[in-house]
Amino acid sequence: MSRRVAIVGVGVVAPGAIGTKEFWSMLTEGRTATRKITFFDPSRFRSRVAAEIDFDPAANGLTPQEIRRMDRGVQLAVVAAREAMADADLALAVTDPTRVGVTIGTAVGATMGLDQEYNVVSDSGRLHLVDHEYAVPHLYDYLVPTSFAREVAWAAGAEGPTAVVSTGCTSGLDSVAHAVDLIREGSADVMVAGASDAPISPITLACFDAIKATTPRNDDPEHASRPFDANRAGFVLGEGSAIFILEELGHAQARGARIYAEIAGFGSRCNAFHMTGLRPDGAEMAEAITAALTEARLDVSAVDYINAHGSGTRQNDRHETAAFKLSLGHRAYEVPVSSIKSMIGHSLGAIGSIEIAASVLAIQNNVVPPTANLDSPDPECDLDYVPKVAREQRVDTVLSVGSGFGGFQSAMVLRRADGRAA
Amino acid sequence: MTSSVITGIGVVAPNGLGTEEYWGAALAGTSGIGPVGRFDASGYPARLSGEVPGFAAEEHLPSRLLPQTDHMTRLALVAADWALRDAGVDGETFPALDMGVVTAASAGGFEFGQRELERLWGQGNEYVSAYQSFAWFYAVNTGQISIRNGMKGPSGVLVNDQAGGLDAIAQARRQLRRGSKLIITGGVDGSICPWGWIGHIASGQLSTSEDPATAYLPFDSRAAGHVTGEGGAILIMEDAAAARARGASHVYGEIAGYAATFDPRAGRGREPGLRRAIEIALADAGAAAGDVDVVFADAAGLPEPDRAEAAAIAAVFGPGSVPVTAPKTMTGRLHAGGAAVDVATALLAIRDGIVPPTVNVRPAPDYPIELVTGGPLRLPVRVAVVIARGLGGFNSVLVVRAPGEATDNANEIKGAIHAA
Amino acid sequence: MPHKTIELTDLCRVLRESAGVGAGIDLDGEILDVTFEDLGYDSIAMLETGARLSREYGVAIEDDAFSEATTPRKLLDLIGAA
Repeated sequence: MSRRVAIVGVGVVAPGAIGTKEFWSMLTEGRTATRKITFFDPSRFRSRVAAEIDFDPAANGLTPQEIRRMDRGVQLAVVAAREAMADADLALAVTDPTRVGVTIGTAVGATMGLDQEYNVVSDSGRLHLVDHEYAVPHLYDYLVPTSFAREVAWAAGAEGPTAVVSTGCTSGLDSVAHAVDLIREGSADVMVAGASDAPISPITLACFDAIKATTPRNDDPEHASRPFDANRAGFVLGEGSAIFILEELGHAQARGARIYAEIAGFGSRCNAFHMTGLRPDGAEMAEAITAALTEARLDVSAVDYINAHGSGTRQNDRHETAAFKLSLGHRAYEVPVSSIKSMIGHSLGAIGSIEIAASVLAIQNNVVPPTANLDSPDPECDLDYVPKVAREQRVDTVLSVGSGFGGFQSAMVLRRADGRAA
Repeated sequence: MTSSVITGIGVVAPNGLGTEEYWGAALAGTSGIGPVGRFDASGYPARLSGEVPGFAAEEHLPSRLLPQTDHMTRLALVAADWALRDAGVDGETFPALDMGVVTAASAGGFEFGQRELERLWGQGNEYVSAYQSFAWFYAVNTGQISIRNGMKGPSGVLVNDQAGGLDAIAQARRQLRRGSKLIITGGVDGSICPWGWIGHIASGQLSTSEDPATAYLPFDSRAAGHVTGEGGAILIMEDAAAARARGASHVYGEIAGYAATFDPRAGRGREPGLRRAIEIALADAGAAAGDVDVVFADAAGLPEPDRAEAAAIAAVFGPGSVPVTAPKTMTGRLHAGGAAVDVATALLAIRDGIVPPTVNVRPAPDYPIELVTGGPLRLPVRVAVVIARGLGGFNSVLVVRAPGEATDNANEIKGAIHAA
Repeated sequence: MPHKTIELTDLCRVLRESAGVGAGIDLDGEILDVTFEDLGYDSIAMLETGARLSREYGVAIEDDAFSEATTPRKLLDLIGAA
């Protein structure tokens, strides 16, 4: 009776890897893509490392007009969406465009465009009454970032429900969960869903410097992102996009589609505590995890792998370690937990979707990606964080979690689809 | 399936700070549109806005919140306070995990963001505030409302331009259906600062008129753009059974139906999505076109989208056969806040049996709709349709129904549509 | 680097501007040895306050030392010694 939702296509644009195949090789090899910032001169900043993508939009199929009108975050989303559509044979899945929708998550929208344009229209901060004569024609798309969804909808020819979801650093999980709801309730049969963020820009660096959230260890950029390690000092900013084709399970099975995984459960909660701070007990994240497992009708013993938020701030790593223990009990000590942010940094709203991609690839390949740079574990983080080396093991069920400014805590359960494996 | 009802309203609008102040102004046809007051707009091609009058944040909010909040977040927090008070609920009414917050946003705390960009580029990166990390971003209102009121349940944020206000309310309804007891929803917005202003100008949608009485004239042959404004509405949505069980003092109405569609890209030769959105939303509500008493139009204020909207309304309801109104002619378009104000207005119209007018507009005869002009229309309202569109092709439609008017055949009709 | 002298009244002004004042808190009272936490200031409020003090008074405050300066007296001593 109830409609179930499968992932039938994956597209990824991540630091160090454009394309899903390359992305998975990178993760399983434990390679890192963090480096000294090259997009602008970072010398005046406290944190000067980031996970940047060497991204050539033209080489990735975007036309000159698309490049001109799209913020970098939108470009990443469209390239990832096109990979996902090709991967899923979307043309075969879609007979009626009105039954196809789009949800794209982004935490900070067109931040790079806004930052660069402000410098111009304000004449480097001199003019408070900024000069509209110097504004780019598509400035409204930067002001209100609906183009993240609009451009993907145009690329997919979608005419169903289309939305931008923006819940800070859980946007990438929440956007996909929103798409699942739309399919389950019958508003769409196919959803193009995921997230994108391109925040590596002076204003973002400056505000994270101000709250000392990003790492000030600039001497060894390749090893700067150190979740769960005793010598971590904050997160490393990243960028990227992952987009999925979601399809009603029966619809996908009927056409013989390759099914990566089923999205079996989701839960989200707020800590109602602080816009940036976390309580050490992890209670609300634990509630979200329990809700996701309940919706999936799975016991904690079913969880084979936890894809952690693992941002590499002391506060986060302890918060979520507590949340895993609270929600999974003894099982928390048995399940491998890893953070791919150790390799590709923290791309804010996008990372939740990129982590879903890592999770479904773990199911497809029966491999758990490692936590890079985990040399000396924080004694307060005493779970199995899969240090440095990927692990081959049976992976049928993955729990992927996220935590974001605003107090958002989200958890998703991905499960190998019954019967027809990918 | 349970129904989702609105039990509290808080409006902060350019023509009235507070629900009853707004409602009185809307019925009287009093406009809040005037010259931009939040900055010197004399050098820009658009110089009118709708600004919330008489709002002194320090009278309503603790001083600890002021340095870390944008103007529009302060308005949102106060609107939420008033909506909660109106509903007679607070952070303790239900368990914290059973209450959440889902709001719409468009540009985030843009005025706050401009100040920090100015410091970044003018003075240096070390001058950027610690609060910039959240005061600007789109999730700020949901986060701050959740924290202020201790609500820990599933929450969310949608950014779909004007359509987002309805999408947020629909998402709130989904959360109630999943088991939450109460969701604070709606939207409050505003980006009336020089930096936001040039973004709105770049949209090509702003009116350049300097006369508040003729600047925003949807469905009028003189239509030449809209006026942008600030404000919005926060609504308290509850599961009907939970509201009954706690003895809620009043129920304004039910969120009975909803749909969202996206327009095909221009040049594809396919019909725009609005007509379909209205039809699906009616089916979702189990309502027939003939059941609808009034339509609150999106009212873009430019010939092409006005014509498209009038055509979609006429295609569903028949030419001129349902009263259509656009009280936003008194406030300007409030972006993520606008649709929430329209929903609040529809609920108040149901309560009082009167529909506020569309002001200043002389309806162009070639639009096949019957616009409420010249004064409010006395009319028992049982079912109202609210339309909101976001720039770029977003169409959302919400159906609001009087309390206790639910039909039994809702699910049958919905099933028939999906099977079709 | 020489810098302007900073007194408790200066610190209170910067606190007010950076983070407001909590309900029931009197910054004009005996607060020298009351923790910032008890005065209603969380970590982000203190980061904002610290950044403003650094800029206005030209003092460089080390991260670790700053986080250990948990009362107005300790913070004033730290800045005085800078």
